[in-house]
Amino acid sequence: MDAEWKKTLEDGTEIVRTCAWSPPGCHPVGCGLKLHVKDGKLIKVEGDPEHPVTKGRLCVRCLSLKDYIYHEDRIIYPMKRAKEDRGLDKRERISWEEAMDIFAEALKANQEKYGYEGSCLFNGTGRAACIHAALGCYSVLQSPNQCYALSGWSCYGPRCAVVNFVAGAGIPEMDYAAGFPLRYDDPSFQVPNYILVWGKEPPKSNSDGLFGHALIELMRLGAKLITVDPRMTWLATRSHLALRLRPGTDAALAMGILNVIINEDLYDHDFVDKWCYGFEQLAERVQEYPVEKVAEITEVPAEKIIEAGRALAQSPSSMTWGLSVDEAPNGVQTGQALMAIMAITGNLDIPGGTILGPVAGLGGAEEKDVPTQVPEDALSKKVGVDKYPAVGMIQNTVHPDLFLECLETDDPYPVRFAWLQSSNLISPTCSAQPSRWHKALQKMDFVVATDTFMNPTIMAVGDLFLPVATFAEGDGVVFTHFGSNTTNCSAINKAITVGEAKSDPEICFMLAKRIFPDIYTASVDELVHGYLSGLGAMSGAQNWYELRDIGTAQVPVTYKKYEKGLLRADGKPGFSTPTGRVELWTTMYRNLGDDPLPYYFEPKMSPSNTPEYEFILTTGSRRVTSFHSEHRQIKNLRDIHPNPVLEMNPADAKKHGIEEGDWVRIVNEHGSARYKVEITPILKKGVVNAAHGWWFPEEDPNEPNLYGVWKSNVNNMIPHGDIGKIGFGAPFKSAMCNIEKAE
Amino acid sequence: MINGLLVDTQYCTGCYTCEIACRNEKEIPAGQWGIKLNQVGPFCVSEEEDKFIWNYTPMVTELCDLCADRVAAGQKPACVHHCLADALEYGPLSELVAKMEAKGERAYLMIP
Repeated sequence: MDAEWKKTLEDGTEIVRTCAWSPPGCHPVGCGLKLHVKDGKLIKVEGDPEHPVTKGRLCVRCLSLKDYIYHEDRIIYPMKRAKEDRGLDKRERISWEEAMDIFAEALKANQEKYGYEGSCLFNGTGRAACIHAALGCYSVLQSPNQCYALSGWSCYGPRCAVVNFVAGAGIPEMDYAAGFPLRYDDPSFQVPNYILVWGKEPPKSNSDGLFGHALIELMRLGAKLITVDPRMTWLATRSHLALRLRPGTDAALAMGILNVIINEDLYDHDFVDKWCYGFEQLAERVQEYPVEKVAEITEVPAEKIIEAGRALAQSPSSMTWGLSVDEAPNGVQTGQALMAIMAITGNLDIPGGTILGPVAGLGGAEEKDVPTQVPEDALSKKVGVDKYPAVGMIQNTVHPDLFLECLETDDPYPVRFAWLQSSNLISPTCSAQPSRWHKALQKMDFVVATDTFMNPTIMAVGDLFLPVATFAEGDGVVFTHFGSNTTNCSAINKAITVGEAKSDPEICFMLAKRIFPDIYTASVDELVHGYLSGLGAMSGAQNWYELRDIGTAQVPVTYKKYEKGLLRADGKPGFSTPTGRVELWTTMYRNLGDDPLPYYFEPKMSPSNTPEYEFILTTGSRRVTSFHSEHRQIKNLRDIHPNPVLEMNPADAKKHGIEEGDWVRIVNEHGSARYKVEITPILKKGVVNAAHGWWFPEEDPNEPNLYGVWKSNVNNMIPHGDIGKIGFGAPFKSAMCNIEKAE
Repeated sequence: MINGLLVDTQYCTGCYTCEIACRNEKEIPAGQWGIKLNQVGPFCVSEEEDKFIWNYTPMVTELCDLCADRVAAGQKPACVHHCLADALEYGPLSELVAKMEAKGERAYLMIP
C-alpha cells in the first residue's frame, strides 16, 4: 500500500487512507477506504483499491458513512438528564468536564455503597467497543462485571469455547489466502474442493471479520459450496448441495455426516492416528446416528447427507461456521462435531482447508492486557462464573442469564451502576427477554451510555450520554476475527472532528485519568496510542504510528502449525489440549460436566415437544442495510428495507389467508411481536423467519413507547435460561410460535 | 466507440452497493436511481431436486452517464469500483461482448 496515509490535493482536499471498523457498527473486516476531507468536513467516501482483501469494494453501510456522521439526530456533545426524567425525551448539553465530574462522583458513591462489584458494563456485539469494553470495565469501573447480555453468550463465544476445548486453538476459518500478498496466486495456497458454509450468509454478514464476498472469489476459482441453512438462500441456489435442515437440528446433521465419513472409511487415517484423540469412541457414538434416522430428524434427504460426507472427505475442503452454531442450547455439540469433521478428513490447517487461529480465546483485551484496577476480592465475585466456569474461562465476562437474575434479585449482591458501552440491549438484538432487562436496568441508581445516537435503551434508563466518535473521527486498530485468527491488522486513522465526540479508548482514558490521576499521568493521546500499539502488536509493527504507515498488515498464515510447535506454549508439536491432540473425545467437556462426545437433543421448543405451536421461529438473519439495531434512521438504507419483515412460505400464508405485505402477530407464551409478511418459497413449510434489531427512530421516544421498541421485539419471544449444560447457547434460531393476522 | 456495463448474473449477490455508490457519486436524491437493483425469483423449478432460480439484475437509467468524470480521471465508474461481487464490468462494448462470449452464460450488457 501507499506509504502516505494522508495526502493533500492542490485544492486543499485531504485524502485520508483508513480501514473501517466501528461505529457505525460492523465486524472487524477492516475494509479499505479513502476519506475525502475538505475544510474539516467529510465530503466523500471511496473504497481503497490498494487494500489487499477488499480492493476498493465497499458495502452500503460504509458508502453511507457521510449520512451517518452528519445525521441530524446524531448526538455529538455530552448530555445529562435528571434521574426523575428517565424515559422522557429530555436532555441538557454539558461540557466534558462536567460529564466526567458526574461520572466520577456517581461511581464513587456507588462504590462506597455497593463495593467495586456493584457496577457493571454492557458491551454490544461486533463493534470495536466489545474490545475496548475490558478497558472501561476493568480500568475505569474497577468492576469484575463486564456483561454481554445475549442469553447463553450466543454469539462467537460458544465457537471460541469449542475450538479451545477440542483443539486448543483460536477460531477456525476457511482459508481465503487473506494473509498472502499474492492472495490466491500464492504458490502455497490451494483452492478448496468444497466449502462447508454452516448457518451463515457471509456476503451479507461479514461475520467476525471474514470478508464475505471472498466466497464469491473462491467460487469463481472453482470451489463448490455445501450450504447448511433452513432457507434456500441466494448462496444456496448456487451451491453444489443445499442442506435445508429443520432449525435446531444442526448437531444431528453433523453427526450424520460424521457417520458417513467414518462408516464409509473416508477419513484420513494418518491424521487420525497421529493427531486425534478419542476416534474409537467417536466412531462408536456416530453409530447412534445412522443416515436414515438423521434424515428423519433434520428433514435433510439421506442421499444429500451421504453426498456431503463424501464431498468433504475430498481434501482440501474447508468450513466457515456461523452464528447458528452458537444460537442453540445444543450448539457446543454441533461445533464439536464440525471440528471433528474437519479434523478426521485431514482438512485442519492445510492450504485451502480450515485454518486454526494460533491464539485461544476471544482475542482483544482482557484484564491481563489492560491496566486493571479491580481489587482481588472483587475480581473473584464475577457473577455466574462459579456455576458456568467455561464462560469465565473463554470470555472473561459474567454469565448473561445469571447476571439478569442478579440484577433482578440482588443475589448474590446488588449492582446499581451500569455503563451501556455501545449496547442497545432492549431492542431485539443482544438479549433474550428484553422486557426483563428493561425492568432490571430501571433499578440502577446511575446509568451512563457511550454511543452515537439516542436509542430505546438509553432513552429508557440513561442519565449521562457521552458521544462516541465514528471510526473516521478517532485513531484505532482493526484486526480480523477479533484477534483470535487474524489475517489482516490495520490502522484506523482520524480524518475529521465532529462536535465533541471522542473514540471509545479516548473516553476510557479520560475517565481513568479523572479517577486515578496518580496512575495515569501521561496524556490521553499518549495513553490511547500506547494502548493501540499493544492491540496492534499482532501486525508486527513496532507501534501504532508504524502501523499507520503500513496501512493494512497482512499476517502470514502458517499451515500445519501443529507440526511446527506453533499451537502450544511449550513450543512442542501438537495441540494445546490435555492430550496434546485434537480431542474428538473432549476432556474439557467432561471436566465441565458435559458428555465428552457430541450428541443431539431435541430443542425444548420444537414441533414434537411443543405441538401447541404451528411454526418454528428463527431470528437474526442479516440485511446489508443495517448492523443489528443501527442504521434505522439513515434514509437511503431504510428505504431499501423499511419494515420489520417476517418471511413465510406461500403454502403457510395461504392456509392462514395471509397475503404479501399483511401485518401479522407472532405469538408464543413469552410474548408477541408485530411483523409485515413477505411470502417467499425460500422458507420451508412450518418455519418463519423474523428480522431482528427493529425500533423506529421516527416514533415517539417517550416511555412507554420508546421509539416503538416493543412492537416488533421478537427477542421477547425467546426464553430466558434455556441454555446448554456448560452455559452456552440459547434458541434464537429455533423457538416456536403461532401466527395471527394483525391490523 | 460506445462503452457499457457487463453484468454477471451468476455472481451478483444483490448487495445494493451499486445503487448507493451511484446515488452518492451523482448526488441523486432518494427515490431516484442511476442504477437500480432488480431481481428475478426466487422461484422453485424442481421440488424433487430442490432447485431454485434467483437472479439479481441491476439496470441503469438515463441518470447514468457511466461516470464520465471518474473515467476521465482514470477511475472506474462508482458502481463498478465498489461492486462487492465484481459482478459489474465497464468498457467498450466490443471488448465486453468478447468477455461475455468467453463467459458463455448468465450475463448481459447494458448501456444507459
